[in-house]
Amino acid sequence: MLEIKNLHARIGDNEILKGLTLTIPAGEVHAIMGPNGSGKSTLSYVLSGKPDYEVTEGSATFNGQDILALAPEERAAAGVFLAFQYPIEIPGVANMQFLRSAMNAQKKARGEEEISTPDFLKLVRLKAPDLGITQDMLRRGVNVGFSGGEKKRNEILQMALLEPKLCILDETDSGLDIDALKVVAQGVNALRAPDRAMLVITHYQRLLDHIVPDVVHVMHKGRIVRSGGAELALELEESGYAAYGQDAA
Amino acid sequence: MNIPVRPARTPAEDAIAATLQARLAVAAGQGGLDGRMGELSADALEAFRAHGLPNRRVEEWKYTDLRAAVRAFPPLAGAPTAADEAEATRIALDVPHAARLLFVSGMLARGASDFAGLPAGVSALPLDAATAANDPLLDRIGSLPPDRYDGALALNTGFLGEGLVVKVEAGTKVAKPMHLAHVFPAGEAVAGFTRAVVVVGDGAELTLVESFTGREGVAYQANHAMELVVGDGATVNLVRLQEEGAAALHLGTLMVELGRAAKLDVFSLVQGAALSRHSVYGRFQGTGTNLGVRGATLLKGRQHADTTMFIDHAVAGCESRELFKTVLSDEAHGVFQGKIVVRRDAQKTDGRMMSQSLLLSDGAEMDNKPELEIFADDVQCGHGATVGTLDDKMLFYLRSRGLPLKEAERLLIQAFVGEAVEYVEDEALREVLIARMVAWLEKRAA
Ligand SMILES: Nc1ncnc2c1ncn2[C@@H]1O[C@H](COP(=O)(O)OP(=O)(O)O)[C@@H](O)[C@H]1O
Ligand SMILES: [Mg+2]
Repeated sequence: MLEIKNLHARIGDNEILKGLTLTIPAGEVHAIMGPNGSGKSTLSYVLSGKPDYEVTEGSATFNGQDILALAPEERAAAGVFLAFQYPIEIPGVANMQFLRSAMNAQKKARGEEEISTPDFLKLVRLKAPDLGITQDMLRRGVNVGFSGGEKKRNEILQMALLEPKLCILDETDSGLDIDALKVVAQGVNALRAPDRAMLVITHYQRLLDHIVPDVVHVMHKGRIVRSGGAELALELEESGYAAYGQDAA
Repeated sequence: MNIPVRPARTPAEDAIAATLQARLAVAAGQGGLDGRMGELSADALEAFRAHGLPNRRVEEWKYTDLRAAVRAFPPLAGAPTAADEAEATRIALDVPHAARLLFVSGMLARGASDFAGLPAGVSALPLDAATAANDPLLDRIGSLPPDRYDGALALNTGFLGEGLVVKVEAGTKVAKPMHLAHVFPAGEAVAGFTRAVVVVGDGAELTLVESFTGREGVAYQANHAMELVVGDGATVNLVRLQEEGAAALHLGTLMVELGRAAKLDVFSLVQGAALSRHSVYGRFQGTGTNLGVRGATLLKGRQHADTTMFIDHAVAGCESRELFKTVLSDEAHGVFQGKIVVRRDAQKTDGRMMSQSLLLSDGAEMDNKPELEIFADDVQCGHGATVGTLDDKMLFYLRSRGLPLKEAERLLIQAFVGEAVEYVEDEALREVLIARMVAWLEKRAA
């Protein structure tokens, strides 16, 4: 489903991805672990199309389509979704309006019919409470005044509504207490499906107790240096990233 | 020694002076313009001869040089034809449930105006009728600030003749908005001058809308001025929509006097005209008064819009809030000048002024000049001005959720101006304003 080959990307003069290769088949959940600064967030941005990055070599295809050639909104319409490590606040754009505009923009791009107001409201009322997103949070500006955990849960709500085909979660667990972590993990697990691939980026093994991955990759200095089963995460938890030049967290 | 050099008059200035002169001569032949109005017009002609059009050498007009920009002076409009009235009615702003009085190319269109729809306690008298009736409210003309010479206002006074005297009886609480619609529907360029005197009695409440629209591509010249007196304990909401045709010249002057414990909120949406200036002069006459002057300006192409205000805190314990949002694309030019003066006796004054602008292109330009002049020692005042661009991180966040770039920009621009629009209390009016802004944004995104 997602096929990344020898990907090199830089920001300014700083090469961050240095020949990254990774394949995620449909229906699988892959985790990427790695020390801070190894390029995990950069990979998520390059896949979702953040303009600051320049891809100098290699390829990334999604269902056979070269996604690197697409604008961010086109990637979204093709099914790519990034749950940001640091979701930003957008004052003045009501969360509800944002969610609806996003859904309809994607539907429009795919040539589907827009969702009606009652159907949209029904859908939000169905999905928001499970994630602890209140009416008040829906009325407020996007992420405005949200706690760190609320921002992360709002990301998962967006994912649940947009139903992407490739879900990239960038340290969605960071800053969450154990209860919030469980809520988020439940939200993610509910989306596991045979036609959906997931890339879960995390620094800690903890999240992977709740979202059990099919494959775990270790990233270091812009490349995948090791891959294994779920047990690899446990091993890393014990040994830390010392072998990769950084102490255990 | 510094000898003031009076530059040669431009053809436009010659034409204006000649037209003013001829108007006064005709009036003299008919026994002269009546009393005070005649005096005011004659004085204005004198002043215009001395000063000419405002230009960059005049401090207040530094960024908006009318002498350089105004190349011609079109003829004054005649009485509107039936066709003009019909077209004007069609393109005038529609405000739901409002009593609309219509000016066509600067002339009051009596037949197309809803005088009958004015609520009880509100009267509107055409300027000539008020003159004939010797209405004492006419004395308000020229009685309000500015104390110094304002060239755009002087022109309006020079061509004094068309307009309204509006009176809201003390204690009258009017829910129905009153709408003064100014429309230039004709295919030929004309000049039109209108004046409104609005006196809101003690404890009364009024919502007033002023709209300015006109034919696209016609270089007409609109000049409107209003004296607004808000009585003790009275509340006025004034909404102004300037959406003139993109080739037009628009000069607007608002002069406000506020009584004790009065409340006035002004919101001005500017999207039209090739060149426009909106001057606001506010003076506090009684304590405990609250003035809000806010606005949004959205410009494209080579449009130029200037908002200039002068708020005079002459008495203690008053509050003023000014918030202006400017969005500039292409090679548009925005100007904001705001001066708050706090006189020595105006203790406990609370004044805040903010101008925020958003540049959507490299060719756009914004000039900000906020000023505070404080002579009292126990006050809370502040001002600020920011100029920025759309936030890249926000744009990427929205796009990563599937919103096309233009739509993402639209949401962010709407959020930016929304912070000012939300102060418009009347929900229906707020909707009207938002709809006009959305129309502007959609045109841009198309
Ligand atoms: N905007 C930037 N400009 C320059 N270097 C950057 C920028 N953003 C990140 N980097 C660098 O890229 C490297 C990888 O960062 P990042 O992808 O955030 O790592 P991770 O998510 O694995 O912690 C780091 O060394 C970081 O300092
Ligand atoms: Mg990171």
